[in-house]
Amino acid sequence: MKFDLFVLPFTVGLVVMVALLVFKYLKWLKALSREEKEKIKQNVFSFCSLKALKEIFLECLLHRRIFKVNLFLGFMHTSLAFGWFLLIVMGNVESKFFSDVPLNPPYYPIFFRFFEPAPSAFTFSAGFTFFMDFFLLVVLSGVVLAFTKRFYSKMFGMKKTTVMKPGDKFALISLWFIFPLRLLAESFTSGVYGHGGFLTGTVGRFFASFLPVGSLIYPSWWAYSVSLGVFFVALPFSRYMHIPTEALLIFLRQYGLKNGKENGVFSDIEINSCPRCGICIDKCQLASAAHNYSVQSVYFLRSVREKSVEEKVTFDCLLCGRCKEYCPVKIDTISIRQNQRSGYLPDHAEAYNYLKPARAQKADMIYFAGCMTHLTPAIQHSMLKIFRAARENFWFMDEDGSVCCGRPLMMAGKAESAKRLMEHNIAAIKASGAKLLVTSCPICYRVFREEYHLDIKVMHHTQYLLKLINENRVQLSHQDLTVVYHDPCELGRGCGVYEEPRAVLQNIAALLKVKNERDHSLCCGGSLGNLQISTAQRTAVQKDVVARLSVDHPDIIVTACPSCKKTLNIASPVPVKDIAEIFVQSLEQPAVLKHHVFEKEPLQKVKKEEIVVSYSNK
Amino acid sequence: MKNFGFYIQPDSQIDFDNNNRNLAALVSQREPSFDWCIGCGTCTATCTAGNFTGFNFRKVALLVHRGENEQALQEVEKCMLCGKCNLACPRGVNTRNVVASIQKIFSRYQNLVY
Repeated sequence: MKFDLFVLPFTVGLVVMVALLVFKYLKWLKALSREEKEKIKQNVFSFCSLKALKEIFLECLLHRRIFKVNLFLGFMHTSLAFGWFLLIVMGNVESKFFSDVPLNPPYYPIFFRFFEPAPSAFTFSAGFTFFMDFFLLVVLSGVVLAFTKRFYSKMFGMKKTTVMKPGDKFALISLWFIFPLRLLAESFTSGVYGHGGFLTGTVGRFFASFLPVGSLIYPSWWAYSVSLGVFFVALPFSRYMHIPTEALLIFLRQYGLKNGKENGVFSDIEINSCPRCGICIDKCQLASAAHNYSVQSVYFLRSVREKSVEEKVTFDCLLCGRCKEYCPVKIDTISIRQNQRSGYLPDHAEAYNYLKPARAQKADMIYFAGCMTHLTPAIQHSMLKIFRAARENFWFMDEDGSVCCGRPLMMAGKAESAKRLMEHNIAAIKASGAKLLVTSCPICYRVFREEYHLDIKVMHHTQYLLKLINENRVQLSHQDLTVVYHDPCELGRGCGVYEEPRAVLQNIAALLKVKNERDHSLCCGGSLGNLQISTAQRTAVQKDVVARLSVDHPDIIVTACPSCKKTLNIASPVPVKDIAEIFVQSLEQPAVLKHHVFEKEPLQKVKKEEIVVSYSNK
Repeated sequence: MKNFGFYIQPDSQIDFDNNNRNLAALVSQREPSFDWCIGCGTCTATCTAGNFTGFNFRKVALLVHRGENEQALQEVEKCMLCGKCNLACPRGVNTRNVVASIQKIFSRYQNLVY
């Protein structure tokens, strides 16, 4: 077995890193709940594992999602990750070809050129030399790009990069040193022995022409080994922990694990998978529009990992989900932040004991306008007209004001209080015997869908309007209008409702495309998720969104959320309307007035059969 | 006793010597827009919880400024944080954060009540 003292820094670093990682991962896996462990057991020998491997290849090595953000940025990450991976694999294969010993120490392939400076005697040696040089060149190109990015981040599509702490800077610099030092070590060796590929051979000959390369060989291999050792020891304590942890996260995610109502082991794994790439910074509107560069997910996750979370950072977030959408690791930043909020505010569900037993009314369908819709009466008036036009037997559940759906309390971290309000609403919904619940507010829609566990269908009014069109229950006239559609966060990214509102609008007006739509849509700024944002910041976000939506001079900005409508209207010179209002306009065109929906006979009235229900008073 | 058509209101004088007005200062510190409230009542007209109780943001603001903290705490607990008042406020007061701040401050400094 070949050995030299300079391999020690590398070997010690590797052993320390592996020991720390194994200890940490075993601790996490042990702390998983019984259900989570069961899920892993069920799926470990299934296609889920293959899917995970595929995702690891695409995301951890090729960085497909980063390529979507910016080509340079994608190439930089790919060349570093995939290039290094290929160097390791090819180096191992090369050393196996050369050596007949079945098991070599881990340092042998890493320092192969030192131990075997002229390996021309074995099969494919020229090919190995070429590929090893080529992969080294690829990695070095990544290092050059990474270095450039620190000074010209705009070239990589990033206005701001992460402000790093000393620990991360230390690890970063040690990483930058590894590959240039490898190039020097291999080149000096080639310069002496007259071998080497197109890169190391050429560079070696160049240095040999004016340097005493023979005496530089040993120090350069030492330096290479030290830089590797330092990086390995720094890895578990720095942002580079994401390299191994992201792979673990992908496996667990494929096995069906996700972040729950409380931050636990899974969220710890997610937090440790954050590469602190900073892609989320520019995408956050608090940064891009309101110039607040300290609350973004990258900083929040870091502070959670370091157990130094600030209250302001926890609450100063629109919970719009744009960071999650752009995150190359797809970390569930929203639920981690929301869970982190619990405990700051007292959660006294009994404070709502003032609520009287819920009142319900028998009907086929319930309309729940939501608190925000009561502030934008045009939406609820439009919906009522539409229901009557469609001859629905409906109960307007919150006609005289009602109990909040509970989601704003959940967003503030008051889960128990939210549950109390939900119990009140569930009792009324169940007692009405309705088979369908339609709401005009995406905030309510999301909580009804995800948390209420109702055994009836829940629809947002955009979905309901499309249903009416598809069932030919209304006839619309196409209007001479150009509109842009603003995807509300809770409806779009929150519930995945993108197509229905667009399908409805295409029946009514000319729908223009905008740059930031669907998954990448902008938050209006009026989000109930943010308890800290100042009025000036909110206004900055509103103006920015309006400017971006009205680039193509639409006649109307259409949205499907009362809160977005109210918020955008404040800053918009272009009229902002809800989809229901446009829908009603289209119904009321003269050509359609003959249609049965506008017959003047009295509108069908719901038979008022009021029921009072009690609910569990926990 | 005959009241001759007159009656005497209970004493509504505020005891500034005993009332602890630190809460108002702490709330303003956490949410500076609290000082912008002019008590116009727009919030009160929209309040979801106000539909069921006597709660409204204007009352809370008044109680906090007077240093009647115990009552203020009892009031803010009724809030559903729905955000209607926030959206309606013509002065741009971050009402939700005021309510949340009062709750947070009380959970940290319970002596403010007394």
